[in-house]
Amino acid sequence: MKKYISSTINHFILSIGLLIMIVPIWIIFASSTHSSLFINTNGLQFFLGDNFIENYSRVLFKQSGFFNEITALKMFFNSFVMATGIATLSVITSLMAAYGLVYFKVKYATIIFWLIFITLLVPLELRIMPSYIVMSKLNLVNTFAGLILPISASAIATFFFRQFYKSIPDELLEAAKLDGTNSLRFFLDFLIPLSKTMIAAVFIFMFVFGYNQYLWPLIMTTSEQYWTVVMGLKTMYGSISDRFAFVIMSMIPPIIIIIFLQKLFIQGIFQNK
Amino acid sequence: MSFLELQNITKIYPNGTKAVNETSLNIENGEFVVFVGPSGCGKSTLLRMIAGLEDITNGEISLDGNVINNIDPSERDVAMVFQNYALYPHMSVFNNMAYGLKNRGISKEEINNKVNDVAKLLEIDQLLTRKPSMLSGGQRQRVAMGRAIVRNPKIFLFDEPLSNLDAKLRNQMRLEIKRLQRQMGVTSIFVTHDQTEAMTLGDRIVVINNGVVEQVGTPKEIYSKPNTKFVAEFIGSPQMNLFNCKIENGIAHIADIKINLNNSKNIEDASLGIRPDDILISDNGQHTCVANLVEYLGSDMIIYSKIGDQEFSCKLSSKINLNSGDTFKFDISYTLVHLFDNTSGSRV
Repeated sequence: MKKYISSTINHFILSIGLLIMIVPIWIIFASSTHSSLFINTNGLQFFLGDNFIENYSRVLFKQSGFFNEITALKMFFNSFVMATGIATLSVITSLMAAYGLVYFKVKYATIIFWLIFITLLVPLELRIMPSYIVMSKLNLVNTFAGLILPISASAIATFFFRQFYKSIPDELLEAAKLDGTNSLRFFLDFLIPLSKTMIAAVFIFMFVFGYNQYLWPLIMTTSEQYWTVVMGLKTMYGSISDRFAFVIMSMIPPIIIIIFLQKLFIQGIFQNK
Repeated sequence: MSFLELQNITKIYPNGTKAVNETSLNIENGEFVVFVGPSGCGKSTLLRMIAGLEDITNGEISLDGNVINNIDPSERDVAMVFQNYALYPHMSVFNNMAYGLKNRGISKEEINNKVNDVAKLLEIDQLLTRKPSMLSGGQRQRVAMGRAIVRNPKIFLFDEPLSNLDAKLRNQMRLEIKRLQRQMGVTSIFVTHDQTEAMTLGDRIVVINNGVVEQVGTPKEIYSKPNTKFVAEFIGSPQMNLFNCKIENGIAHIADIKINLNNSKNIEDASLGIRPDDILISDNGQHTCVANLVEYLGSDMIIYSKIGDQEFSCKLSSKINLNSGDTFKFDISYTLVHLFDNTSGSRV
């Protein structure tokens, strides 16, 4: 009986939390399926309308921006390239940095690690002018490389991988050595498969981080061709239902990535247990 | 020239600890040698130096005629079974065993054959597709051995591989390791702190203490003629009794008991050792003691008693009727005692 009551209370609290999170999104979604005129006259809607296909296809394919040079579809593509690039590069660089710091007899490895770690105290916003100058001297303004490179090294990911590698027993390396592996093979055959779960976690984290970038792409791009979704959100000048539709669509890519990688994440946990 | 030669091997860790000191040892082809000693005595370090996992501070190791001091572990052609098995957690049993072969560029077909043969030999052919996390302790142990055997190395190194198993499985695996070693005839070195394992497995035993080899010999030699007081105490269960005594003209004085040693030695500070099962208990024995405690072990029993203030134990058949508090009579024959000089610790 006691168990029953406590589980009811738990579910009640969870349901409230769920409602607080879901209801606003639902209202935006429901409103985005009505025509702008209807919303402007009747306010936000709780039930679905019948302009879904019309609104969403208009937003996706209509030229927008200040100079009507870009469609929302292109923005999604840009954001996807940028977020994937940042996530992939930061996974690769931090995996390799951690490997070097833990497994090679690097003098002052701990100091080097902490030097990497304190870069967390210098976020992009603080170094945005110098970063811009470097990128512009490299002729990387208005390129994907310029959007991706300055934020593709992650101290926090390096930290995670380093801690994980330190928890791998030395015997594994020794057994592999006796089995004739070299440093590259050990990295590829052991560390990468063993850190699969962590790679998935870091990838999700860095993808969302990259997807949410606003200030850096705003400064790095002068051509509307490189606008990202988050920039587009800020500068959407269409009708109210178009903006709602865009907001709803902008949430989809991170959600897809999380759902897709979560599966791998859980798989990995069961495999390595 | 021996198959494996260690010459004046010394290991000093960067923090100054001397783990192994001037150790020399020759091991012949096909021999099963056991390194035994208390934990921290340097036996594992010595093994790891042979494997190449630990740098050698001083000295020379040669294997099959070649000095291997500076040869990479992967090229020494040695295989090792680790205490915690060190199986590759993300690989199936098959891949665990095949990995070393793949790295040596052996063809797929040959790898298949070899792995399957060894798996059959070890009775793990049903497990080849499983991951190590799905195996029991004993099965993991077999896979670890399989991984070593499949490579057909020059030397097997075992680093306390049985210490994580329960007592029954340990005995079983011990027999199996011995059987496999005989069958394949590969030179093997086995490190353990358990003297029973050492006695049962080894063709020869190397007793190590504080980084120094105390004695090398067959189990029989080590048991019947320990070179030092340390070896005497370490090998044999229950432990050998050691009495502090004074020897005058071939007569040992332990408290008020006198034992004729049938020689004419004079040692001020000596230890007289006698194994618990070498103490002869009979109704017409010369000495009398009180049994303070009797431990019943089934077929045997162990009696704890005292001569003066020095404790000792005797092992005898439990058919004899003796209870705690009873007195008993016994003899110590000079043919069965071991004498050690307490100042040097060595046998006299």
